[in-house]
Amino acid sequence: MEILNFKPELCAACATVDCLMKCQYIDIDLEHAREESLRISRGEDSEVLRKCVTCYACEEYCPFGNHPFYRIVDLQEQLDLLPAPRPLAESQVRMMAPRGTISKKPVSFPLVDLCAFPMLKGGIRGSLFSGVSVIDGMDIFCNLMFLHFARSSVIRERLPQITKSISSCYLEEDATREVICYHDECYGTYTSWAPAYGVDVPFRPVHLFQYLHERLLHLKDKIKPLNLTVAYQRPCSARLIPEMEHYVDDIFSLIGVKRAERRYDRGSALCCGGVMEAQQRFELAAENQEKNIADMKQCGATHAVFNCPFCFYTLMGKTMKEGITPVLMVDLCHMALGE
Amino acid sequence: MEGILKELEDIVGRRYVSASPEEKYIYSRDQGLQEPHDPDAVVLPGSTEEVQAVIRLANRERVPVVPMGGGLVLSGLTIPQKGGIVLDMKRMNRIIEVNETSRYAVVEGGVSQGVLKAYLERRHPGLKHSLPDAPPVATIAGNVAIHGSGHLSQSEGGFHSEMVTGLEAVLPTGEAVRLGSCSTVPGWFSRAPLPDLAGLFLGWNGTTGIITKIGIKLFPKPKMEDILVYMTGSVDILPDLIYRITGTEMAEDMVAAISPKPDWLRGFPILLITVTANSEEEMAMKVGIIRESVRHYYQTMESGFMPVPPYMKSQFLGAPLKDLSKFADVMKGGGFEYVGSIMPVEKLPGACSAGLDIAEKHRVTCSMGARVIGRGHCMMFFNAYAFNRADEDNMARSALALEETNRATLELGGIPWKAEAPGQQDILRKMEPGTIQLMNRIRSLLDPNGIMNPGNWEAR
Repeated sequence: MEILNFKPELCAACATVDCLMKCQYIDIDLEHAREESLRISRGEDSEVLRKCVTCYACEEYCPFGNHPFYRIVDLQEQLDLLPAPRPLAESQVRMMAPRGTISKKPVSFPLVDLCAFPMLKGGIRGSLFSGVSVIDGMDIFCNLMFLHFARSSVIRERLPQITKSISSCYLEEDATREVICYHDECYGTYTSWAPAYGVDVPFRPVHLFQYLHERLLHLKDKIKPLNLTVAYQRPCSARLIPEMEHYVDDIFSLIGVKRAERRYDRGSALCCGGVMEAQQRFELAAENQEKNIADMKQCGATHAVFNCPFCFYTLMGKTMKEGITPVLMVDLCHMALGE
Repeated sequence: MEGILKELEDIVGRRYVSASPEEKYIYSRDQGLQEPHDPDAVVLPGSTEEVQAVIRLANRERVPVVPMGGGLVLSGLTIPQKGGIVLDMKRMNRIIEVNETSRYAVVEGGVSQGVLKAYLERRHPGLKHSLPDAPPVATIAGNVAIHGSGHLSQSEGGFHSEMVTGLEAVLPTGEAVRLGSCSTVPGWFSRAPLPDLAGLFLGWNGTTGIITKIGIKLFPKPKMEDILVYMTGSVDILPDLIYRITGTEMAEDMVAAISPKPDWLRGFPILLITVTANSEEEMAMKVGIIRESVRHYYQTMESGFMPVPPYMKSQFLGAPLKDLSKFADVMKGGGFEYVGSIMPVEKLPGACSAGLDIAEKHRVTCSMGARVIGRGHCMMFFNAYAFNRADEDNMARSALALEETNRATLELGGIPWKAEAPGQQDILRKMEPGTIQLMNRIRSLLDPNGIMNPGNWEAR
């Protein structure tokens, strides 16, 4: 079983304890934070394990890349401290299980991995995606969502086979061995979680935004600036891959979109609340949703831009009621191309 | 029978009488497991007067009459066990009146659930009636005659028979009677304050007469609906969950589902809670109150509300529930029957346990669930068996499972609903002798020649 590359000595020497001090959901002073951090690094119970809403943010806050969030989830599982009801977690484990039906099939490249979201296929169209092949299904589902359910073991168990399947079924003919990850969650799995646990990824993940940026550069002459002010709803999994964040700005710049100066964006992004509902934190979920929508309104956004389908489904109704149009990043790019 | 056929043609017209082998075949069976029996004739009357004339003829000739609505009862109640005439009511499909202010509709005995639903949606969008989870061709009258229930049974007063505001019925001797306010004044608004004679036709499975018109309650139709799905790891807490949630009076409908399929649901009973409202604020308030009522359960993290993304909600919303019918053909063989048991809510864990044992013993696919009736006053617990008609062994095992489920229901303290003839005998064996005597006296009085749906509710 893969073991997390976590160094307790880094936490012991940490002066700022950013993982907890910057947490938006745990109100704690520095001394207390240090105590709890040390408990966590020693593998002991901590109030943090119960208060954690699994927003992933501490992965981004840690200046040493010491994976505090992955550590918290591992401990939650070891100590059976469930962030979400057991039946929900167990049924999800079954629902999202690999089906074992994947087989080799001819594909053209580049290859777009839609993970477990076949309903998003409609967005893979037009000049942005000409010539691509789409893969999806439970046999290639990254399973990272189980971080929200204290089930690291599920990811550890399934991921090696998933990466092997993608490689052997789709990439043997491809010299570049590139897989475009639609969802931040997949890209985060392959470039953050997998290395943290020493899981080999036998292909090169490419973030959707990087791909979109390159395609838009290629299609620059076709772009008609949208002249919109949009609110970007940064998803939890973006916390695992902050190095991709600039592509949001780069894409917006190319298509003539102004990224509204939200209070809840970038490092201060606020969870959409969907996961909190699964964790039965209904009041907090509602509060986050209200804060997000009010923030979008206040900064004058006409559109709310999502990449995470779960955030999109969670907030789309509420944004529409406030006259803000919800749109996925790919569709925003299609709009700029007049497609 | 030749002469009778001619007379029947004279009454309803030649097009609406048939004794052809193919028609007799169709009307000899339903989708369930009861033995088929051919009728001698199928008749489709177009009016109360035609029903009266047919019944007078049948009574004179001592020919059995089996009234039939949508023919979807599954337990053989419309199978003519002793031959005779199947009286298919589908031509009597007129909606006579909708009283918007007093919220009731008066319809003919063959009006289907789907027709009334569509009519109300088009002409009275602020009103709805309680729909059973049956295909839309199920009839209003047929459903109340068997004490059916539906999506408003939890919130709006119980069984559909309790929503009846008046009846017109043709007695087995041919007289037409009106029961309820319509017997005395023009409106069909209530069965009270008169002696309640409607009970002579409700729950009798068509053995006491033919319902030709019916007044049925309508209810306000809120603009919005949402679904809450509560998932547990054990059936043991379901009765208390139901007690608490019904106690809030915030849910419109509540259905428990204990299903082996899909696989991710196996072992995780769910409670589907439909909430309706006229505004976002009202919806949030109702949902909040429901959640609060079970907070101490979900705080243990051993059960909780399942997030349902918008694209999944349609599976759980809407009446009738379309996904329930998918299970009906899960064996891909066109066979489906279930034991619906009316029993106290606290019996739910025992019913589940018995159902699992029976399914395992007879190696059959069984899906279980329960619709809450009233504010948890009771439930309609169902053990649904889908089977493949092309597989005789599968059919035989399903039949044994059904029989055993009927008996287990009675042992648990419940009563099989719309029970097939053998199941009725199981019920009668447990029934107080005085009750049976009263039933027999009423039937003898109303139906001296025993022509109405013989083979049903026959105490031996």
